[in-house]
Amino acid sequence: MTLNWKIGGLALGFVFFLAVLLVKPIGVSTQFVIFDGILWNAVDSSVVTQADDGSYTSTNAYLAKSGGKYAKNIANPLNYSFIFALAMVIGGAASAYLRGGIGTDERNMPAIWRANFGDSVIKRYAVAFAAGFVVLYGARLAGGCTSGHMMSGMMQTALSGYIFTAGAFAAAIPTAIILFRKEA
Amino acid sequence: MTSILLALIIGGAFGVVLDRTGAANPTLIGKMLNLTNLHLAKTILLAIGTGSVLMFGGQMLGLVDVAHMSVKSAYIGVFVGGLLLGLGWAASGFCPGTSLVGAAAGRKDAWTFIGGGLLGAAAYMATYPGSKDMGLLDKVGGGKVTLGTVPGAKYEGLTMIPGDILGIALGAVFIIVAFMLPERLMKKADVVPAE
Repeated sequence: MTLNWKIGGLALGFVFFLAVLLVKPIGVSTQFVIFDGILWNAVDSSVVTQADDGSYTSTNAYLAKSGGKYAKNIANPLNYSFIFALAMVIGGAASAYLRGGIGTDERNMPAIWRANFGDSVIKRYAVAFAAGFVVLYGARLAGGCTSGHMMSGMMQTALSGYIFTAGAFAAAIPTAIILFRKEA
Repeated sequence: MTSILLALIIGGAFGVVLDRTGAANPTLIGKMLNLTNLHLAKTILLAIGTGSVLMFGGQMLGLVDVAHMSVKSAYIGVFVGGLLLGLGWAASGFCPGTSLVGAAAGRKDAWTFIGGGLLGAAAYMATYPGSKDMGLLDKVGGGKVTLGTVPGAKYEGLTMIPGDILGIALGAVFIIVAFMLPERLMKKADVVPAE
């Protein structure tokens, strides 16, 4: 089911190359901010505003930073990066469907979690929710995630990519060793 | 319109490979991070190496536009944020990109991860001025720098080493490490088998 690492690694590397060849390096976590902004601006249309010269800004300092580029993407959701994230969902869904899906047990929780913490879906969902909060808070503080910093960053020999990766594994490896003592 | 089409093609392909390599399966992420099965680590190392060699090789041949590079800034918050991401990545088995693919495959816990993620991103939007005031966003090592100096790039190099040659050399190192890494580092005895 899972691709051999030699084929999978080449395929994954080729997609990262294709992105930088044709457009720009891959990154995902910014789109969580853009989606938040789209929702927020839908409720309160004063959040993102356009000036007379066509530039965008926001009442939120984070959305207004870097010349209002986040504000601009919130006002125009049909932009490359946001559609890219939506296309990932389509590609992931099609790929999983074509290999026959993941089964009911896996839909509820991954095997490694069940082996270590039992069948409670509430417990699993609560941890996944809290982890999502910490991951995206961290990714936004870092200015990127596993895609943008670790993969695209180290591929471009960016200093920031190496700093991020050191931090991510320094926390992730001890956490996983402590949490997952039973093999799935 | 071209950019939307490219987003659909490249984003779609990225979703497919994340699914097929197992990167969006929390069990495989957990086994990589507790060092009991490094298959996925080999995949990731080979991918970074392949991308690096192709990109810098393409630049040297004049086939890849150097201006397409996008180097992020280095600051203390990159490390702190990395620690936070690592903690949540290990606990859940998801990162921002793979949560989208996991959710697409029907993983309900990936959807709750995304819900938490949207709240976490909103929390950062609210507290951004605070991180700035604390100095977490102050540049280190020159900010947006590459390890070598890439010819024609708008980014400065940390060293004077030609950045494209260094990029290919480091790419080769990633590929070699991918091949040399053992299947597992943690001995079986260290891990209690499941019932």
